[in-house]
Amino acid sequence: MATQDGNALGDLGDAGTPIGRRVVLGMLGLGALGIVVGDRVQGAVESALRPVTQNDPTGLSSFVPTAGRFRIYSVTAQLPERSRDEYRLTVDGLVERPLTLGFDDLTSMPQSELVRDFQCVTGWRVPDVRWKGVLLRDLLEEAGVSDGATHLRIWSFDGAYTESLTLDQARRGDMLAAHEMLDGPVSREQGGPVRLFVGPMYGYKSLKWLERIEVVDALHPGYWEVRGYDVDAWVGRSNGRDDEPTS
Amino acid sequence: MRAQPAEAAATPSPGPGLIARFSRAERALHWATAAAVLTCAVTGFVLYVGPLTALVGRRTLVKDVHVVAGLAMPVPLALAYAGRWRDSVRADVRRLARWTAADRRWLVSRGREATGEVGKFNAGQKANSAFVLGMIPIMIVTGSIMRWPDPFALSYRTGATFVHDWTAIATWVVVAGHVLIALSDPGSLRGMLTGWVTRSWAERRHPRWAAGQGPPSTPPVSMKRATAPYDDRRPAHGGTRGRPHRGQELAQGARGHPRRRHRR
Repeated sequence: MATQDGNALGDLGDAGTPIGRRVVLGMLGLGALGIVVGDRVQGAVESALRPVTQNDPTGLSSFVPTAGRFRIYSVTAQLPERSRDEYRLTVDGLVERPLTLGFDDLTSMPQSELVRDFQCVTGWRVPDVRWKGVLLRDLLEEAGVSDGATHLRIWSFDGAYTESLTLDQARRGDMLAAHEMLDGPVSREQGGPVRLFVGPMYGYKSLKWLERIEVVDALHPGYWEVRGYDVDAWVGRSNGRDDEPTS
Repeated sequence: MRAQPAEAAATPSPGPGLIARFSRAERALHWATAAAVLTCAVTGFVLYVGPLTALVGRRTLVKDVHVVAGLAMPVPLALAYAGRWRDSVRADVRRLARWTAADRRWLVSRGREATGEVGKFNAGQKANSAFVLGMIPIMIVTGSIMRWPDPFALSYRTGATFVHDWTAIATWVVVAGHVLIALSDPGSLRGMLTGWVTRSWAERRHPRWAAGQGPPSTPPVSMKRATAPYDDRRPAHGGTRGRPHRGQELAQGARGHPRRRHRR
C-alpha cells in the first residue's frame, strides 16, 4: 500500500485548493466585521427589507432580524402571568386618594392613542407602533399628588423590575399605562395585560407588567439604572447613543 | 508503513458488498455536534419568537440551555482530535477541506456534472462542513458578547446581536438542507448511522472513493451480515495490542446488537 498521505487517501489526496479553509476564514472575517459595523449596517438592512416585510402576506418576514420586530427581554426566570380579571394597578405613596384599579376601571377612563417608534438601547427599533391606554397624568390627577412629591417609583409584578420618572416627565402627553399595542391587547410577553409606555425614552423605561405607581419625594433609580444605564433615557441624547428621537 | 493507519485498517467487512465509510469517532463527532447544534437551534428559536417565549415561559432555563449547548458545540471536535482515533478524523477533515475543479463543476451543476469525479465527499458536503466550522466560533463569540455584555461597548453588543441573528438564520437554512438531503438519500444516512455503506451506493455517489476501497466485494467466508462497523481503534498494524475484547464486541454485533435496526 501507499507510503504517502496522498495515496493513502486514495480518492483525492492533497489535490485541489484549500477552499474549506478560505470559507472558514472568510466567515470569521465577516463575523468580526459584522460585530464592528453591525450597529450601523442594520439600519440600512432594515430599510432595504422594509418593502418586503411591510407587504408580506406569509408573516415569514417577522422572523427576519432587525426588520422592525420586538425582541423579548425579561429579568426574571419566568415570564409573569396575570389575567385581566386578576389584574390590579395601584397608585399610592404621596397621594391624597390611593387608587386600586382593575383592568375594566382602566379601560373606562379616558383613553389616549399614540403612534411612535420604539427604540431599544441595544439598537433595534420598531417603527410606528400604535399604543393605547391611560395617560399617567390622568391617573395622577385622579389620585391627587401631594405637595413635596417629585418622582414616581414604578413597580412590575415580575417581582424584580422597577423604573423611575420625574413628576414632570410623567405629566407629558406621551406617557401611558398601555393596555393595547400593535393593534391588539398587550400580550403576555410584551408585558400584558398593562405596561408602561414612555414615548421619548429608550425601551427599558417602558416597564412591562405594570403593577404599582408609587409617588415619592426622591429619585429611586430603576432596575437597569442601578446597573449603569441613564436615568433620563431620552432617545438620541443618552446612553452614549445618537438615534433619531422618538417623540 | 501506512501514513494513515486508521484509514487503511483492515477491518473485516461485515458482509458482502459493504465498505467502511465512517469510524466510530467520526460518527460520535457528527452526532454530538448535531445534538449541540439542534439544541441551540430549537432553544434559540424559542428565545427569538415572542409568543413561543411566552408559551414556554421559563425563559431563563431556555437561555441557560442555549448557552451551555452553544459552548459545547466545539467540544466534540476537540475530543475527536484528542485520542488515538484522531487519524480517521484528520484524514476526512483533509478530504473535506480541499476542492478540485471537478467539485466546482459538480456544485454549479447541482450534482449533474462531474459525478464520476466525486471522491469520499461531494462539494455539498464540503461546503456544509466548512460552513459549520465557521459558524461555531462566530456563534460562540457573538453569543458570549450577548450573554456577558459588560466589558463591551454598546455598538459591539448591537453588532454581535446582528451577526448572531443572521448567522442563526443561515444555520437554520443550511441545517434544514443538510437534513432533507440526508433523508432523501438513505444510503448516505446509513453511512453516518452505522459506519457502513453498500459498494453499489458508494460507486454511484462517490466513485473515486469507492475505487480505492479494496477489491470489488468478495465477502470473508465466516462473516455473515455482521453489523459492527469499521473500528478505528483496532491496532493499525494488525497486531493484538490494545483491546483484546474487540472480537467479542464484533461477535455481539453480529448477533443482533441494537444497531441492527438501522439496517434494511
